Amino acid sequence: MLRSSRTFALLLIGASALAACSPKPPKMLPPDPGPAAAPTRSTTETQPTVQGPAPGSQADFAATLMGRDTIYFDTDKYNVDSADAAALQVQAQWLMKYPSKRATIEGHCDERGTRDYNIALGDRRANAAKNYLVSLGIDASRLTTVSYGKERPVATGSNEEAWAKNRRSVTITID
Amino acid sequence: MKYRWSLLFSLLAAPALAQQLAPAPAPTAAASEEAIDVTDDAAWQDLGIAIPTFPTNADVPTQTSAGSTAAVGRALAQVITADLQNNGLFKPTGPASLPVPTIAQVTAPDFHTWQAKQADMLVHGFVRDNGDGKLTIGCYLYDVALGQQLLKNAWVVSPAEWRRAAHKCSDMVYSRLSGESPFFDSRIAYIAETGPKDHRMKRLAIMDSDGANHKFITTGQALALTPRHSPDYKRIVYLSYLNGNPRIYIYDTELGTQKLVTQSKNPTFAPRWSPDGKWILYSMAVGGNTDVYRVPASGGESQRLTDSPGIDVGGSYSPDGSKIVFESDRSGSQQVYVMNADGSDQKRISFFGGRAATPEWSPRSDQIAFTYIAGDFHIAVMSPAGGGMRELTKGWQDEAPTWSPNGRIVQFFRTEKHSGHTGLWQVDLTGKNERRLPTPVDASDPAWGPVLP
Repeated sequence: MLRSSRTFALLLIGASALAACSPKPPKMLPPDPGPAAAPTRSTTETQPTVQGPAPGSQADFAATLMGRDTIYFDTDKYNVDSADAAALQVQAQWLMKYPSKRATIEGHCDERGTRDYNIALGDRRANAAKNYLVSLGIDASRLTTVSYGKERPVATGSNEEAWAKNRRSVTITID
Repeated sequence: MKYRWSLLFSLLAAPALAQQLAPAPAPTAAASEEAIDVTDDAAWQDLGIAIPTFPTNADVPTQTSAGSTAAVGRALAQVITADLQNNGLFKPTGPASLPVPTIAQVTAPDFHTWQAKQADMLVHGFVRDNGDGKLTIGCYLYDVALGQQLLKNAWVVSPAEWRRAAHKCSDMVYSRLSGESPFFDSRIAYIAETGPKDHRMKRLAIMDSDGANHKFITTGQALALTPRHSPDYKRIVYLSYLNGNPRIYIYDTELGTQKLVTQSKNPTFAPRWSPDGKWILYSMAVGGNTDVYRVPASGGESQRLTDSPGIDVGGSYSPDGSKIVFESDRSGSQQVYVMNADGSDQKRISFFGGRAATPEWSPRSDQIAFTYIAGDFHIAVMSPAGGGMRELTKGWQDEAPTWSPNGRIVQFFRTEKHSGHTGLWQVDLTGKNERRLPTPVDASDPAWGPVLP
């Protein structure tokens, strides 16, 4: 596909400006404030102090990462660009904080690929994320990978927007 | 399920059929490299074939799913009609609108009646209960205009396998009239799909070539993909996410047990049999780099066949086992390559723009079917040298071709845009005769096995 030049350009730009806004189609939305901001419940039980997820748990990882547990790839690509690198750095920080925790990195593809090739491509993507985490100092023995190819999309549409969301790797820590 | 076929080209059970089966006509000359060997079906389209009920000498109950011997005789004619109808080559007329011949007429047809009905060809047959639980089923092909018998045969079948006699009869008729090798008496392994698009349940399933005798093999707890029958149908190799990681398993169809093909910490996938059933070709990803390997089906050391830094994946043996066609993105995009069976002499053969994936070598050895990706996904064929590329289908996403045992029909699966619904389809080499196969639920990853032993 013809998007590598774009990715490359972004990689160069991004390297000097890590904080640049994400070029990736799936925008990282702030989490829904949800009921935490609405403590005015009619039930007047003794309100427990709002507890976050247990430190070091997968729930804690997901809450801390706020979407940055997932990185996205261009069509048929598996390179880690600047937005991916920024997300992986946050992942690495969390993993450094909890050195006994292990993680699995899932690699996924969009539906517009043949099945076997997509399993291989998903494996490439998961390993690209893993190798980046290792380069940041995470012990490789803490990280495993699994490719799902095109078998587990998160977006079910058949359009570029959905496909962009599905070309991803997801880091999941093991409780 | 038992695949032991008590098929006897039995002269004992059917004295009337003492004549030897005539040797099948040689297939039409193999296509030269670049010539397109497409069956000219124009002449056949008008060939009317009458297939009345097969009478029985005595209507008695049977253990078959069809009922009594008379009911079996009618069902046989229906199965044969459907077989011959569904491939766009003939104009068969089934038993519903035809008179039932007497048992004497099976060997001495009333040709005047059939001439009046504008039938060019006539299929007769009979059903007889052997008294030991088995049935003898006869099949006769007549040329109505000439008033001549062209072929006859008979088979002794167990009640569970009565439909195979119909497929054998269809094969006899098809081969005699088309000059092609038979293919109806064969089975298909595939993946049955249910559930939402983002969490499909995928189960290994098998069925006869016409969709009958459908059976789910796995429960769906583990994602199952890409099955292939062994050449003797005793085993099915497939990919399962059992225990969370993609690995290749061999399922034993007689024992109902399965085992890992190789012990590996790495994902193994895209399994295929060698034509002699001795090797399993597979792909393994090591640290993001996928290559093609082979391993003895009985177990043992794997041998790495490719070593490019790109993704080398899939593969399919030539019918003589000497070469392997596979896919690689070493050039920057998925393309089709051919190599010797030991991995030497790797050469790209697809040079026509777009991407080329999932190559499958025809059992006739003269064509390679593949998924052609240029925007949408279409099924296409080319010669083993990469020439004569032709697209056979026009779907949004048609993927993963598999050949009929005679190399005349390509089966594949079609995914619908948005809904993600999948179904099995097949198309002949003209590209004109396309049809969907009936499956109880959505279906993908078809693999057509050889003619049953």
